[in-house]
Amino acid sequence: MKVIEAKIVVLGSQGVGKTSLVVRYIGKMFSKHISPTIGASFFTCNINLENARVKLQVWDTAGQERFRSMAPMYYRNANAALLVFDITSVNSFAAIKGWVKELQSNVPEAMVLSVVGNKSDLEDLRAVQSSEAAQFAASIGAQYCETSALHDQQGIDQVFLNTAAALLKLSNSNLVSSLRSYDSADVDPDKIPTGTPTEEDATHTGKVELPAWSIDSIAHGHVQKNMCC
Amino acid sequence: MASTSKDVPAVVIQDNPPDDLEPGACHDSILNPTDSFEEFASEMSSSLQERNISLATKSSTISEIQSEIGENSAPMKPTKSSDDLQTKDESISASTSNSNLTEQNGDDTDTEKDDYLQSPELVNKEKHVFILSSAGKPIYSRYGNEDKLAGLCGVIQALVSVVEEQNQDILRSISTNDCKAVFLVKGPLILVAVSKSDESETQLVLQLTYAFNQIVSVLTLTQLNRIFEQRRNYDLRRLLSGAERLIDHLLIFMEKDPAFLLGAVRCLPLPEKARENITNAIQTTCNKIRDLVFAIMLAGNQLITLVRMKKYTLHPSDIHLLFNLVRSSESFKTAESWTPICLPKFDSTGFLHGHVSYISEDCQACLLLLTVQRDAFFPLSQAKHTIADKLRRSNCLVAINDALNRNEELPTTNPLKHIGIPEIRHFMYKCKSTAQLFTSDPISLDKLQDYRLRHKEGGDIMEKKVEKLSDIDYVRNYRKFCSSIHCTSTPAKLIFRSNSCDTILAWVTNGFELYVTFDPLMEKDQAIKAVDRLLKWIKKEEQRIFIMHAPTF
Ligand SMILES: Nc1nc2c(ncn2[C@@H]2O[C@H](COP(=O)(O)OP(=O)(O)O)[C@@H](O)[C@H]2O)c(=O)[nH]1
Ligand SMILES: [Mg+2]
Repeated sequence: MKVIEAKIVVLGSQGVGKTSLVVRYIGKMFSKHISPTIGASFFTCNINLENARVKLQVWDTAGQERFRSMAPMYYRNANAALLVFDITSVNSFAAIKGWVKELQSNVPEAMVLSVVGNKSDLEDLRAVQSSEAAQFAASIGAQYCETSALHDQQGIDQVFLNTAAALLKLSNSNLVSSLRSYDSADVDPDKIPTGTPTEEDATHTGKVELPAWSIDSIAHGHVQKNMCC
Repeated sequence: MASTSKDVPAVVIQDNPPDDLEPGACHDSILNPTDSFEEFASEMSSSLQERNISLATKSSTISEIQSEIGENSAPMKPTKSSDDLQTKDESISASTSNSNLTEQNGDDTDTEKDDYLQSPELVNKEKHVFILSSAGKPIYSRYGNEDKLAGLCGVIQALVSVVEEQNQDILRSISTNDCKAVFLVKGPLILVAVSKSDESETQLVLQLTYAFNQIVSVLTLTQLNRIFEQRRNYDLRRLLSGAERLIDHLLIFMEKDPAFLLGAVRCLPLPEKARENITNAIQTTCNKIRDLVFAIMLAGNQLITLVRMKKYTLHPSDIHLLFNLVRSSESFKTAESWTPICLPKFDSTGFLHGHVSYISEDCQACLLLLTVQRDAFFPLSQAKHTIADKLRRSNCLVAINDALNRNEELPTTNPLKHIGIPEIRHFMYKCKSTAQLFTSDPISLDKLQDYRLRHKEGGDIMEKKVEKLSDIDYVRNYRKFCSSIHCTSTPAKLIFRSNSCDTILAWVTNGFELYVTFDPLMEKDQAIKAVDRLLKWIKKEEQRIFIMHAPTF
């Protein structure tokens, strides 16, 4: 079975629910007692796709301004980014645009981008329209999802699953050198059907139903020459 | 105060304890045992010029370590610039619009400010702490919303600067009948405590200094100074957002834990062998990691072990900030974290980088690995997992859990019962040469309410609850004895005060400080006999209660 190792960075303003999303996805629970992230937190998870496994290193960053200059440490060599905003906060949506610019000018390799509008449970307080967010996402070649870390396990699972699938496509395209992939000898795809937990538990096993995902819709940074990483 | 000099018995107790070393003392200390009291006392007597000089940036220990391990040519070299979290000029100038905005807010609320000062959020609090910039911009208030305190901050700033500019002097405190205000100007910040408690001026200055150090720990002194050099009117709350809770927690923590009062660190009582195994596991795993400066394991605000790079020690006040960080950050429990940390006493000019994680889900001990190398996350993460495995295999996790859960069988779980002196109600003992502390009853900080709740409801001195005395109350009672003992002009060595509520004995020697609360109306010689037995017990259990070795990598 093909195994892909990829790094994903979660970006967005403080308080939009980045940590809640990641904890919900990996721990399958929501905690009211999450304190603001200090620096960055590191998680790992495995996602089993139909004929591949994606091992994700997740960097959940702090949104506070004082950690802003640490961000390059986390997005450098990242293969995917979740750009999270809070649908009740226009400022947090504007901040996403800043992050996209920063990624585009600093990350030379292609990256899977997802724009995530979180706190969809607070529909009454919505300040960013879905259509606007979706349009922006399309303009940067990203997918757009709305989630609620409070209620919606499925929506969040879908975000990670879509990202994993896009990473698989990206690795097939051989466009990206920092995306490690190899065939795992110890796991025979014929003998172990998808969905069977192997020695390392998958956080997630699933089938992706995507709209037209093509490699062209994956965002590419402006390739910079002479950049050393 | 009931303790007068005539209460002090003629030298009944010999000044040195019976054995050659006082309980807990060892030749090599893991902590830097210099007392802070003198520092605070000098803080309070320095002249205006001295104050301005004292904050001039010192040489960087971090750079020294980097050049020693040969990292100097590596990308780390420009520590001061690349490691500052906020280097870009643009982000500072970007604040212009924002600070205008807050100024407007300030103006809006100016008319309401008199009302606001009378609001329930602010009145009847035992102690307020305000932090503002030297330009008078609000940065932090323990209670209420500092945004609405622009007027008050303006007044504070005016008071401070009038005394400085017109009288070439320093405003240190203002006392009224039931209340004192203590002022501390440090670098670009003004810190003020307004207190109705019986804490001394020095103790309040100590708390303000801790609050200042907490801010430095988040930003570094270099960055803090530079921000205000570039923009005197900067709204520092932008950079501190998310860190207010650290100051909140620190202030609450300081009220409850005598460790701050005594400049000492509590250790988790552990069997000698278990602590040795833990230390070994860390040493053997990490001794190849050249850029690692400190490995610190702690649980429940108590130190389990500390392994350090040769030549470098940690000051108790830096450890207190680490305890505060860990205790205030639930988020460390969910994942491994990688975070910049400045330890003001160690090096206020730069950041160390910390790998912070809990050992395992079934053992709430937290491991901090502090390095000078900002890219060292993965080797440290690897090291952590190796250490955790070793601890599990050598049953150390069980030992830690037993201590944390206060297993009844341990002599340290209920020391008073174990010592068997019924007249002793409470005691706290500090070994001075190692800056370590042991008290008869560990304070339960877990019961602290959510800090936001406290912001609204806490600290109200009107609602007096009648409860059984807790550790915290005993500690409050010791405060005035502490200040007589730490007083730099006429320090007391032994205080014995007996009344119908209780009897308190405070005793300081070259080696230790001891505070004991007995039943009311105790006789002196009876108390002294009890103290003698108490010291013998501490000596007997010292290997368990204290960290008696100072391991290095
Ligand atoms: N209503 C609602 N609140 C959320 C949601 N996700 C997070 N929160 C809350 O938003 C706050 C910030 O969450 P956190 O995960 O720390 O945000 P981060 O700073 O982006 O990591 C917390 O109080 C969460 O409980 C959500 O989907 N709906
Ligand atoms: Mg977070």
